Amino acid sequence: MSKQVTPGRIPVVQKLLTANEQVAADNRDYFAAHNVTVINIMASPGAGKTTLLLATIDALPERRIGVIEGDVASQIDAEKIAETGTPVVQINTGGACHLDASMIRGALPALPLDDLEVVFVENVGNLICPVSFDLGQSYNVGLISLPEGDDKPYKYPGIFEAVDLVIVTKADLRPYLDFDLDRFTELVHGLNPDAPVLCLSAKTGEGLRDWLHWLEERLG
Amino acid sequence: MHELPVTEDILRIVAAHAQQAGATRVTRINLVIGELTSFIDDSIQFYFEMLSPGTPAEGATLHFTRIKTRFRCRRCAQEFEPEGRNWTCPACGALGGDVIAGKEFYVESIEVT
Repeated sequence: MSKQVTPGRIPVVQKLLTANEQVAADNRDYFAAHNVTVINIMASPGAGKTTLLLATIDALPERRIGVIEGDVASQIDAEKIAETGTPVVQINTGGACHLDASMIRGALPALPLDDLEVVFVENVGNLICPVSFDLGQSYNVGLISLPEGDDKPYKYPGIFEAVDLVIVTKADLRPYLDFDLDRFTELVHGLNPDAPVLCLSAKTGEGLRDWLHWLEERLG
Repeated sequence: MHELPVTEDILRIVAAHAQQAGATRVTRINLVIGELTSFIDDSIQFYFEMLSPGTPAEGATLHFTRIKTRFRCRRCAQEFEPEGRNWTCPACGALGGDVIAGKEFYVESIEVT
């Protein structure tokens, strides 16, 4: 006999994307078990994520670094990292605008985690979607390049609210652009008072020390 | 693009709750989505129409309640909605605040027969 159903409203109140959050929690446990700090780098395409990673690898030869590269297509970024001898795995999302926790899980067997102390995840270039997908990272870092403009926190508040550190890249272009760093910092802190804002040029090395210092403090 | 896994999640949650209630047909799904999340109603609707046939949610109406971003001023605790380039607290003039609304993203309820 079938159960009597009363037509009507059934309260649910169940959060969406918990499946991703569950996998992200598993990733987090896995990284912790391997003593690996994971840094999720989010930015627009062309903000200088790969260039900053290359400068970081170059500046910290004693650190055991691994990289997960996320792109819609191509191996270009992974090839640049691999040339430095750094373990790297490329994820091609095949059109998806962000990495998710299961993509990270799928990439892990390709990295020698036991030999690493930090893994940088270079997310797909996008200021919107990656914010909604936890990967199991230890820290979120947001990059914005000077040519993008100092009003970005108004337009993309989600990312600036979600990050532990904001890095303004391409500092060598400051003389040519009207980017108001004080105004930008004020806006970021309006949303997220705990996130330091650094300004650097991976090309000239200006300001790079502040980033390396932030990183070293977290690696112990 | 990322509305695909979201829609799959919606269908999974709805099917589970409908089954629990012994219902075979879901007529309406009430979703709550904060402005700060990056999910688009039309795109969820598109995937829903593609994925729902053959499930208890086939033919159901999707209803979206959008929650505006809300700040709580860190200086005076006034709550207010930021608008475009105006992030200034209307009570004390401080810039920004803690985000207290706008990140919601859940299935609020379903209606069944």
